[in-house]
Amino acid sequence: MGLLFSIIAIAVLIILAIAGAAIPGLHPVFTVALPYLAIAIFIVGVIVRVLKWAKSPVPFRITTTSGQEKSLPWIKQNKLDNPSSSLGVIGRMALEVLFFRSLFRNTKAELKEGTKIAYGETKWLWAFGLLFHWSFLIVFLRHFRFFADPIPFFVKYLETLDGFFQIGVPIVYLTGIGLLVALTYLFLRRIFDAKVKYISLASDYFPLLLLIAIATTGIIMRYYVKTDLVAIKQVAVGILSFHPITPAETISPWFYIHFFLVNVLLIYFPMSKLMHMGGVFLSPTRNLANNNRMAYHENPWINDENYFKLHRHTYEEYEDEFRVLMKGAGLPLEKEVVNQPAKDGTEKEDK
Amino acid sequence: MSLKQKPDELFKTIDFKPPKKHWMDTTVDFEKRGSYNYAGSPDSVAYINQPNPRKWQPYEEDWKLPDNWQEIILEGLRERIKKFRSLQLFMDICVRCGACADKCHFFIGSGDPKNMPVLRAELLRSVYRKEFTKAGKLMGKMVGAQELTFDVLKQWFYYFYQCTQCRRCSVFCPYGIDTAEITFLARELMNLIGINIDWVMTPAANCHRTGNHLGIQPHGFVDSLEFARDDLEDITGIRVDLPINKKGAEILFITPSADYFGEPHYFTLLGYLALFHELQLDYTWSTYASEGGNFGSFVSHEVMKALNAKFYAEAKRLGVKWILGGECGHMWRVIHQYMNTLNGPPDFLEIPKSPITGTVFENAKSAKMVHISEFTADLIKHKKIKLDPSRNDHWHATFHDSCNPARGMGLLEEPRYIIKNVMNNFTEMPDSCIREQTFCCGSGAGLGTEENLEMRMRGGMPRGNAVKYVRDNNGVNILLCMCAIDKATLPGVVDYWSPGVEVGGVHEMVGNALIMTGEKERETDLRNQPLLKPDTLEKVQGNEGKEGK
Ligand code: HEM
Ligand code: SF4
Ligand code: SF4
Repeated sequence: MGLLFSIIAIAVLIILAIAGAAIPGLHPVFTVALPYLAIAIFIVGVIVRVLKWAKSPVPFRITTTSGQEKSLPWIKQNKLDNPSSSLGVIGRMALEVLFFRSLFRNTKAELKEGTKIAYGETKWLWAFGLLFHWSFLIVFLRHFRFFADPIPFFVKYLETLDGFFQIGVPIVYLTGIGLLVALTYLFLRRIFDAKVKYISLASDYFPLLLLIAIATTGIIMRYYVKTDLVAIKQVAVGILSFHPITPAETISPWFYIHFFLVNVLLIYFPMSKLMHMGGVFLSPTRNLANNNRMAYHENPWINDENYFKLHRHTYEEYEDEFRVLMKGAGLPLEKEVVNQPAKDGTEKEDK
Repeated sequence: MSLKQKPDELFKTIDFKPPKKHWMDTTVDFEKRGSYNYAGSPDSVAYINQPNPRKWQPYEEDWKLPDNWQEIILEGLRERIKKFRSLQLFMDICVRCGACADKCHFFIGSGDPKNMPVLRAELLRSVYRKEFTKAGKLMGKMVGAQELTFDVLKQWFYYFYQCTQCRRCSVFCPYGIDTAEITFLARELMNLIGINIDWVMTPAANCHRTGNHLGIQPHGFVDSLEFARDDLEDITGIRVDLPINKKGAEILFITPSADYFGEPHYFTLLGYLALFHELQLDYTWSTYASEGGNFGSFVSHEVMKALNAKFYAEAKRLGVKWILGGECGHMWRVIHQYMNTLNGPPDFLEIPKSPITGTVFENAKSAKMVHISEFTADLIKHKKIKLDPSRNDHWHATFHDSCNPARGMGLLEEPRYIIKNVMNNFTEMPDSCIREQTFCCGSGAGLGTEENLEMRMRGGMPRGNAVKYVRDNNGVNILLCMCAIDKATLPGVVDYWSPGVEVGGVHEMVGNALIMTGEKERETDLRNQPLLKPDTLEKVQGNEGKEGK
């Protein structure tokens, strides 16, 4: 259901883009109005979302510890999987964000003969997930060739590295291929892994398909159909320098599809699960040091009487109820037993 | 207690392949017993002032909910999203990658797709989307949004009480999404309309009143410690001191109440008594704070706070310098990650310092409570106690990391260090089943009841299997652990999946090995089992457990 819906949605979007390309009168809408709208929605949306998260306090320090804690000096702490200092936390977060540390642990449970069960290593999701994200980042950075004039220095480095193997003319960029391969894996996994299929929603298929479509049209433009790159760069630089221009007629319809879908991605981003990009940095089980017993962690609403209605049953109340029994058992008392043994609970002083 | 189905029969019912039907279209069948818990008794619920005390049961048609129950829950959800960043974030950022799916012992043991942590969380998330996101309001099921109907509530009850808050899923999630936290808050929400279970509410009410979950009154507490003193005297020839509610002691000792009633907990208690006596430790027990555990933490932050508050209050009343805590799992999650924030900081206490070795426990300098295994490991390291590990030679041990000390603390090496020093035979279970990846006993977070037996055996399956592995390959005959719930429920799990293996505590082994000044020659261990004599010391390992049913 979600899959079909997503395919249709992507198809509709592509048709829209083709229509946009075919009707010259609409070009400014697609290359000027929409991008500004999309960029605005993206920036405002992401900020609003992150602020909303940040506004909720972190009442407890609930680090998930994945290694030995800091305790006695002669016991070796696992400083990255169970950090106790800010430096350790930065290390842990860096591993998570740059290398998907937690996903690297992934295992696969399999039922075997008899009543046996095995947990095999499985690094595929990790590997392809990493391939996708890194490729995406590098492809994005390489695009600064089109956005900025003069071309930023890092683009050259990336292009050289990326085209290291010098295959084909124009030279094949590994990340472009990697991006598409990884996305394809992630997409097929959603269809063929029964468990993942079962949990998948339209909101899972759609972003994958969207990214696949973006990557595919990009690759088509680079290797198969010639587009007027100079004209495209004028459009991009125009937008970013706030001097938008009417695009030249020489720009291929493929570009309109590619560019339109990128705008859709920008608009979709802040309201979707793609916000995990920001969320991963805020996750309280990962970004807090496990120094719980070492340092006090304040909860800003700890005195909310509406929330913490139940009060501690005090020692005085306790002794009042059990005083006679306690005396009988030879336990020390705060107050002596009065001559007439109080019946349970009847002679409590009111507080 | 035992299950009608044999292990291999139960195992055959597990199928990881999800059903054809969409998960929003499947529901729960309360007719089939064995995989859920009964409702909280009205007396207990009322005693701790929790909402809507009444007689009801999950298998009944009418749950006797307040008319505006949906409103109450949604309002509660709104409030908690504003209070807990964890909740807000976890509602928003899951990408449904499925990495957590087969990490949950309940999924592995049942194959029920809603026991995949991601779907368990989606049960709450779907309602969140429907009520709090535009996409959810507009597109409904397509984007995983659904209304909070009675049917959905039933699933909440079923699946949020089929999560032991073990956090194994959280270790594997790339964003650290902690389904235990979601379960915690979902239970809290349900509790707002009086949906809870008795095995949580009654212990919590008992603890509120008598100081411990079992409802033991002060004289009963004294009796049971005296009983233990007599037993220990029979075994060691030494009569230990029993300081109780003693003002001005240096250390307050708090341990789960099961330790002085349950078996095999009791043997660990004997170990504590022996150790403290041998050290001539200036310490005290408390009848008022006679519970280390905190069943309140299985229902709400509110009840957790009220029960936990006794620790610091009692430490203050007695005028001790610091607090020492016994072997337990969730007790330590609360102490380590919540207590200081909830009821601290306890500035009237001193930074814990071992009176025996002089070690200052810097890692507890703010919360001022030390774990017994930190304390004992330090003693052993400084050679302050004499040990004869051969007194444990009839045992070949493996160690079960309890979920909370492992994933909510990181207490991994201390118990291992102790074990390796007090016994000669120790083998680890496979890496995927220990330390931060440890598997739950399947009965934590209040689920350890008779009526829930089938689900417990299912949830205990991964643990039971790993034990069987070291039983068969290495001759392991005892599973050591540091948790009162483990000690209560693992015997059942092990009997079922890996018969012939016993369950014990780390300080039971310490007590066996501890050479006490002036003791008589030990004939038996703390369980009254004869020790292996050096001349009869032949390899028994490998013969145990073969005669399983
Ligand atoms: C700090 C930045 C980011 C981090 C740490 C991060 C991390 C992750 C991780 C760990 C996963 C799960 C594994 C996987 O499915 O690959 C994931 C999934 C995903 N990420 Fe990111 N991500 C980041 C930014 C982005 C951005 C900028 C995009 C897209 C524009 C994106 C798109 C996706 C998509 C579509 C998935 C789901 C893949 C699937 O459905 O199987 N991510 N991300
Ligand atoms: S591992 Fe985390 S992100 Fe992936 S499905 Fe589970 S909860 Fe969601
Ligand atoms: S916390 Fe434990 S029991 Fe709960 S969903 Fe995660 S793995 Fe399962």
